Amino acid sequence: MSAAVAAPGARPARSSGSLPAIVGAELLKLRRRPATWVLLGLWPALQLVFSLVIPYISYTRGSSFEGIPPEQVLTSTLPDRLVANALSGLPLFGGALLLTLGALLAGSEYGWGTLKSLLGQGPRRTTVLAGQLLALVAVLAATVVVSFALTAAVSAAIAGAESAPADWPGAGELARGFGGGLLVATTWGALGVLLGTALRGTALAIGLGLVWVLAVESLVVNVAAPLLGFFDALQRGLPGVNAGSLVAALAGGDVRTPGVVAVVDGGQAAWVLAAFLAAASALTALLLTRRDLT
Amino acid sequence: MQTATGTVGQRPAPAPPSLRTPDAEPVVTTDRLTKRYGQRTVVDALSLQVRRGEVFGFLGPNGAGKTTTLRMLLGLVRPTSGSATVLGRPAGTSVAQVGALVEGPGLYPYLSGRDNLRVLARYAGVGPGRIAAVLDTVDLTDRAGDRFSTYSLGMKQRLGIAAALLKDPALVVLDEPTNGLDPAGISEVRTLLRRLAAEGRTVVLSSHLLGEVEQICDRVAVVASGRLLVESSVEELRGLGRLVVDADPLETAVAVAGRLLGADRVSVVDGALHLQAAPGETAAVNRALVTAGVGVTGLRQEARTLEEVFLQLTEPGDPPPAETPGRRPRRVGRSAR
Repeated sequence: MSAAVAAPGARPARSSGSLPAIVGAELLKLRRRPATWVLLGLWPALQLVFSLVIPYISYTRGSSFEGIPPEQVLTSTLPDRLVANALSGLPLFGGALLLTLGALLAGSEYGWGTLKSLLGQGPRRTTVLAGQLLALVAVLAATVVVSFALTAAVSAAIAGAESAPADWPGAGELARGFGGGLLVATTWGALGVLLGTALRGTALAIGLGLVWVLAVESLVVNVAAPLLGFFDALQRGLPGVNAGSLVAALAGGDVRTPGVVAVVDGGQAAWVLAAFLAAASALTALLLTRRDLT
Repeated sequence: MQTATGTVGQRPAPAPPSLRTPDAEPVVTTDRLTKRYGQRTVVDALSLQVRRGEVFGFLGPNGAGKTTTLRMLLGLVRPTSGSATVLGRPAGTSVAQVGALVEGPGLYPYLSGRDNLRVLARYAGVGPGRIAAVLDTVDLTDRAGDRFSTYSLGMKQRLGIAAALLKDPALVVLDEPTNGLDPAGISEVRTLLRRLAAEGRTVVLSSHLLGEVEQICDRVAVVASGRLLVESSVEELRGLGRLVVDADPLETAVAVAGRLLGADRVSVVDGALHLQAAPGETAAVNRALVTAGVGVTGLRQEARTLEEVFLQLTEPGDPPPAETPGRRPRRVGRSAR
């Protein structure tokens, strides 16, 4: 026996990297993964196109946009509408993209067989999940910041080009906007992680998630809820509806994005989303710790 | 070329396989380890021991329960009943000293080889210096910057082994490390396994390549349908070889050999004397025959290969032994406890 090989008990039974080290590893994975850049790049890009670029082009042609007169269209693109313009797409297409990212993050660990490699290095299963979720929160926070920054830059450019006033929202409003946006983004991401873990793969998780975000919630809100009281009550507990309600509250009620509805007040929406986030994380942890890794 | 230990430490010169594990303490012990999925029993009351410093072959046909057993040892799968201890602790809790490659390398295709190890090193809590050491061990330093998805199958397997060595583990568990490899790749992995064994690590190796197992392993366990068929040293499992002697007069030769070895180990086939004898007994047989005035015109040892033994043990129609009193798995030689 080699002297270099420790005797049983000489080393701790379970030795692994610290949580910050694991978060660092997850950030490395996210940073080097092309899908991360595609999904996180698409959201701010689509946000810009639909909240600023198209309305501004409509204004420059002198035509109304969604029935709104050109002057009001210009007003809606100016810096004082920063929070609304940075977040208005988050409850719907932003949510779909971030749910996809979460499903990819968790589901591909099964598809590539990498989860067993990570666990083989010694961390507890819950530590792996914590590292993944914290890394996800970090990249989502950065993306929310980027969305705000891009929106601010384009809004400032529009204000400059049209000699319009550039009144920026206060720090408190910005902070609430950032926090609310991060809550919405993280909730969708965590729901994606739950789906990817529950279904141990990416394809079905993404498919089901997109159908839910883009179709099922819309049917409940627009078709079932007006007809049946049960669905009217149910819609108040849906993640997409609450995400839309929170963003609408942060935007002062001025959100025109199709499919984004405000049904409950902002405070309730924030609590419901936080509950979804906590439940998704807890359920994922339960699945991860209870199931065999085959 | 560095060793797998890199700068961590020096290991002593290797001992011959048969001498590596004399009376060493067990590092893996399973006690009636069982795994069922619904009505299907994948691992059935498996009890075996792996000793410190030995290279242990874990053999069996496809679907025999080898991988499930290894997953239970690593804590990836929970046993339905029974227990397993690894390095003196319940299976799955001693991962700090265990490196494993189970069912192929699970690595990120979009990351380079080095970045894959970087990720795993952070998970393992080992320093970046270890990455260079294990890359060197598996001869992948030159391709470490390339994406994992561009690697050949052999390179992927080697990177998987490098990942298993990151923690400088005392116990290395390798499940079919030569799966899908071409002869050159198999040779590379064989060389690597010999090096691991030479460094004094305990290696549990699951493989279909019985020639490799025969050369490298100290002891083997053969399983089929989730049950242990035999646990033994390779030499003991191959058993006594056959010594074929062309002798004249044959009757005298039969009598002399019977007195020397016992009548039950002597037979005559096609006019030749067939003796069940170990290689070390050949000279004594020859001396006794010549001393008795028998002319010996031919004398050759025909040893059974591990493959022959394996096929005999696992051939269809030969049901595995039940774990019942009076019919227990064979434990040959030193492992019979």
